[in-house]
Amino acid sequence: MKLPGLTQAFLGLALAAAGGVTAETRLPVGDPQAGEAVYARCLACHALAYNRTGPKHCGLLGRRAGSVPGFEYSDAMKRVNWVWDRKTLDRFLADPMKTVPGTTMGYAGVKDRQERADLIAYIEQAGNSAECRNH
Amino acid sequence: MHTRIQVRNTSLPTIQGVETRRSFLGKSTLLLSGAAIFLLAGREARAKVNDASASDVRVLNSALGAELEAVAAYQVGAESGLLQKPVLNLAVTFQGHHKEHADLLAKTIVKLGGKPVSAKEKYGFPVETLKTQADVLRFAAMLEKGAVSAYLGAVPVLDSRDLAQAAASILGDEAMHWAVLRNALGEEPVPSAFMS
Ligand code: HEC
Repeated sequence: MKLPGLTQAFLGLALAAAGGVTAETRLPVGDPQAGEAVYARCLACHALAYNRTGPKHCGLLGRRAGSVPGFEYSDAMKRVNWVWDRKTLDRFLADPMKTVPGTTMGYAGVKDRQERADLIAYIEQAGNSAECRNH
Repeated sequence: MHTRIQVRNTSLPTIQGVETRRSFLGKSTLLLSGAAIFLLAGREARAKVNDASASDVRVLNSALGAELEAVAAYQVGAESGLLQKPVLNLAVTFQGHHKEHADLLAKTIVKLGGKPVSAKEKYGFPVETLKTQADVLRFAAMLEKGAVSAYLGAVPVLDSRDLAQAAASILGDEAMHWAVLRNALGEEPVPSAFMS
């Protein structure tokens, strides 16, 4: 069984306190199917194919941050000068408000590395889906 | 292509139960509602408009955007002709809750010195995929589940603990909507011990 994020957060704290956590830089391999379930957390604000409270996600990988036409980004996001790829997404989604101070995405982030990798794999795969054609 | 729906700013339908509950709450002196907590926190924070409250305003504004969209989505559901009573009554009641959340968030944002976002003129709801009552319920359940996750993601980043408590109070309401919608769909209402 997969531990829920909350349990992992508790365990993570305990491990960190015991000095058992070391930073690892390689990103885990993501499972898009598991990522679809993680993406449910984003669905109050985002859709793949159209702008809502947050910008649409079709075409996310490979596009400059803050660049969907017709979406009103924060100044903070407009100033970001990276392109969305697995690495930049991993950093942003771990802690959006710390990674882009002043962002209007008021969300704590996805703290679990594997869940983030799954989520990014899903967004990447969905970018090639029928739903994303013409978007 | 997604059909764009023009959401009219007409007054929304209400059901009697809502009014009854309101007057009950109005008489209660024991209950410190989410509303009271928000407004209290707002008064306290007005004195110090600082980075922390500016950040809280951004968090509350993205929640407000999602609430306003939920109000519009339930309007589309209610007007679709696909919902039969008693499910229609559920939709109207839940829409009323989202309106109350939105009103409160907007008032609180103003108290904190911010500018509340307003409802969009158009939302790109995928109406062509909504053909039956179950489709509409599933769409609403998806939004409610998303809303629970959004508030779960807001609680730890709100600088004011009073605001975090108020956000948690809304989270609880939306989790109940989600469970009731799942139940109406014949799905297990509460599928897990944790929300994420
Ligand atoms: C409470 C609403 C909300 C939630 C929940 C939310 N987002 Fe966002 N998101 C936004 C907003 C608003 C922006 C625009 C931020 C800005 O302009 O600073 C945004 C921006 C983004 C961006 C930058 C896109 C671009 O075009 O540059 C990405 C990537 C993103 N969100 C991914 C996610 C993912 C993945 C999730 C779920 C884990 C998620 N968001 C949950 C509101 C939200």
